[in-house]
Amino acid sequence: MTTEASPPAAPAGPRALARQRRRRAAVRFWRQYRTHRAGLVGLAALALFALLALTAPLTVGSDVAGVTDAPGRPMESPSAEFPLGTDRFGRDLLGLLVWGSRVSLLVGLLAAVLSVVIGALVGITAGHYKGMYATVMMRVTDWFLVMPALVLAIALATVLPRSLGTVILAIGVTSWPTTARLVRAQTLAVESRPYIERAKALGAGHVHIMTRHVLPNVMPLVLAQTTLMVSGSILTEATLAFLGLGDPTVVSWGGMLQDAREAGAVSAGDWWYLVPPGIAIAGVALTFTLCGRAVESVLNPRLGVAR
Amino acid sequence: MTADAVSAPAGQADGPAPAAAPPVRGPRARTWAGYLRYGAGKVGGAAVSLFAVLVTSFFLFRLIPGDPVKTMTGGRPVSAEQLAALRREFGLDLPLWQQFTDYCGKALTGDLGTSYQFRAPVTEKIADALPNTLLLTGTAFVLYTALGIVIGTRSAWRQGRLGDRLNTGLALTLYSLPSFWLGLLLIIVFSVGMGPVPGLFPTGGMESGGEQGFAHVLDVAHHLVLPVLTLVAVEYGQTLLVTRSALLDETGSDYLTTARAKGLRDDAVRRRHAVPNALLPTVTLIFVNLGRTVAGVILVETVFSWPGLGGLFYQALSVPDLPLVQGLFLFFASAVIVMNTVADLVYPLLDPRVGR
Amino acid sequence: MTLLDVRNLTVTYPGGAAAVRGVDLRLDAGQKLGIAGESGCGKSTLALALLRLLPAGTKVTGEILLDGEDVLTMRWGRVRAVRWAGASIVFQGAMHSLNPVHRVGDQIAEPILLHRKETPAGARRRTGELLEHVGLPAARVSAYPHELSGGQRQRVMIAMALACDPALIIADEPTTALDVMIQAQILRLIEQLVDEQDVGLMMISHDLSVLADLCDRLAVMYAGRVVEEGPARAVHEDARHPYAAALSAAFPRIGDPASRFAPRGLAGDPPDPAAVPSGCAFHPRCPVAVEGCDTVDIGLREAAPGRLAACVHVPAGNSADARSTP
Repeated sequence: MTTEASPPAAPAGPRALARQRRRRAAVRFWRQYRTHRAGLVGLAALALFALLALTAPLTVGSDVAGVTDAPGRPMESPSAEFPLGTDRFGRDLLGLLVWGSRVSLLVGLLAAVLSVVIGALVGITAGHYKGMYATVMMRVTDWFLVMPALVLAIALATVLPRSLGTVILAIGVTSWPTTARLVRAQTLAVESRPYIERAKALGAGHVHIMTRHVLPNVMPLVLAQTTLMVSGSILTEATLAFLGLGDPTVVSWGGMLQDAREAGAVSAGDWWYLVPPGIAIAGVALTFTLCGRAVESVLNPRLGVAR
Repeated sequence: MTADAVSAPAGQADGPAPAAAPPVRGPRARTWAGYLRYGAGKVGGAAVSLFAVLVTSFFLFRLIPGDPVKTMTGGRPVSAEQLAALRREFGLDLPLWQQFTDYCGKALTGDLGTSYQFRAPVTEKIADALPNTLLLTGTAFVLYTALGIVIGTRSAWRQGRLGDRLNTGLALTLYSLPSFWLGLLLIIVFSVGMGPVPGLFPTGGMESGGEQGFAHVLDVAHHLVLPVLTLVAVEYGQTLLVTRSALLDETGSDYLTTARAKGLRDDAVRRRHAVPNALLPTVTLIFVNLGRTVAGVILVETVFSWPGLGGLFYQALSVPDLPLVQGLFLFFASAVIVMNTVADLVYPLLDPRVGR
Repeated sequence: MTLLDVRNLTVTYPGGAAAVRGVDLRLDAGQKLGIAGESGCGKSTLALALLRLLPAGTKVTGEILLDGEDVLTMRWGRVRAVRWAGASIVFQGAMHSLNPVHRVGDQIAEPILLHRKETPAGARRRTGELLEHVGLPAARVSAYPHELSGGQRQRVMIAMALACDPALIIADEPTTALDVMIQAQILRLIEQLVDEQDVGLMMISHDLSVLADLCDRLAVMYAGRVVEEGPARAVHEDARHPYAAALSAAFPRIGDPASRFAPRGLAGDPPDPAAVPSGCAFHPRCPVAVEGCDTVDIGLREAAPGRLAACVHVPAGNSADARSTP
């Protein structure tokens, strides 16, 4: 991060300077991000999905998920009244799809944040403290990296009580190792810069160096990584729900697919029951991947992501 | 002059051999010793990893639920005597460390307990299902690796052109698809039949039964088509992206300019010079990603009722049949570790820059 | 007989950077021509342009006559045939210019099999001979690049360049990454091979004294232009262009006390090829710039018989060529 010519306003404190520099970096970031067409498409789609999920209580309301007085007959084909048909309880599938986006997005986001927080914590500390601690942490990371994450997540979800918290935890604690490796590499790069040496000479402690110098520098990487992780988390959430390991009391896209399969939609050829939730999952996952790749390639042009 | 020969240090697989490392002098014998040392390190590391899997498997399934017997009975009304009997049967009344050593001892001799649901040894169930999984996964692995590498390298070579953009877009889309959903769709379209498309393939299972000899082989192949197609589709995306970025890392290399300056055709520069250099990191990553492939296998087998390990895992989950879940967890994790170790051991034999 | 005749060559990279701006060069068969200049002055771009090795999208205009045939208008099949068989390159940094996963023998044999249609056995024999020719045991054919030292790798590069008996060898900073003793050995080897095989040599370096020692003629480049050209020794000892003089002073002659007592350098960096200064590109750094240097671009002028320099201080009137002024 190079600073440009000093600002014209001379009497600026260090904080104001830092704020100014950050704002300029953000502007520069946005200018480069704008050139990635796929990233822009992803961002627009993301805004749309977020809008749908946030306004769901107004547009469909929580009673779409109620089983007792469903508006239609079970397993209706698409019609003017129910554009996507009804499920096996006679509930409106379009309404369920919109309502289900809330759980899928929430779990995806929270699990990704948990995973990236663990990864960043392990990565920064393993990069900062050398020696035995770092060796052990990196071995653990490599172990998790090779492990079949879904099997581990399934095992966790099996032995813990069924709830959204369990799903978030199961995804979060199994998917952090990639982040940890990336963050550690970045931490090592940052700590080899001369100003860290200077900070140490001035008496800066471990915590000060990690939070004031390393963290701001790995933050962009962490953001890109979070965006990429969300798509994986959404896919894993859908998978766990499909395997019957999700929270049975809430509506989610993976759960809808499980319902459809159990209701015999596959052998009956009721594609309208199966297609929309799957497209929704894939669409949201793809959206986050596109944004994440665009952010990544702005931060690291060497990756050669096609525009 | 020959005595001046400088050989590479036994490098780590996780990065290019550092130029700053002190060169090891000596002829071949010395370098084979280096390889043995490297191999011993890798095998030792794998042993530690396997032990960690054992520990995880033990504590995950014994400690977290509080009372495994309660989880096993799934909230059904069970009398106190029955619970006590079950506890004794699973050795849960012994001290923890003794339970753990018992567990390790049994696991090492291949005894993974008895399936609650099938009333049969877990090892036996795994051994029965393993060949079917190997058939499915092996076929898919060969296909998606070959496709991913061939198309990924071509795509990277023409970076930014229309073909590359389409390939990358397709790969990203496939990468984002839930594998089970794709499988269900394929069943609807090609097995159940949709509109003018008749049901071409069976909806699930591995054989119709009754056929013998060659007819049986054809029957299994017929059943294999859709599961393999699904698995290839979901794993192909990742393989392509990995290969593509490995080749992109090489495209700026000076040795490619040398190859061009020699008058080689563009194709030959790619095939003879760029691809061999990009292939080695790609293969490592494909093996690291095997863990993800396991997830695909579980889902595809579940959707297509394939009588393999994944299908078995799903059956065990829905009960839940804890000894079977635990045994399969142990098996999947160990298999992935063993495969990666084999890859680590073969890697330096293929790559002249590492080890040897 | 003229082996290489470069006329008004310009190279513009896709980003708009003009790396080479109207260069004229001539090289006779068996002659040795040195190209000198700081890094970033366009000398490596020039080397790559000669065999059309620049990345796609780079604009190259002018003429490159190799044995009378224009490389720039050749069809690709003909370009590939000329590469290595007509002219070969010894790249800088042999560590990266050799493919790390192929044995050096296979890499040397590759152009022989391609251009000479040799049998594999014949190619293997020739590879062994070539290695011995550059002072390596023939048994080293089975070595991988990382098993060789820096000097050995550069010898392999030279053996490779000789593989198809080209009429021209382009050596692009062949000794940069080597230590001084090895540098001297490699230079001696190149000199000896060029003399006994009667090939033309185009040697690119930033080290004027090395070039003066090795070459017959010398061209000094600045900001994509040739600013001085002439007999190697004369250019080194009595440069007419202030930039050539500064470059010459940066590498003092051994045994010349004057240069020892007054070491001179040149402040500043070569200009960014995307934003070349107006007028004479050297004027911002020139110690003897006069009024008008920032607006008037001086072409090459005859400074003495057989010598050209592009400076306002060289008496005008006998402008040697009209080609170089755009």
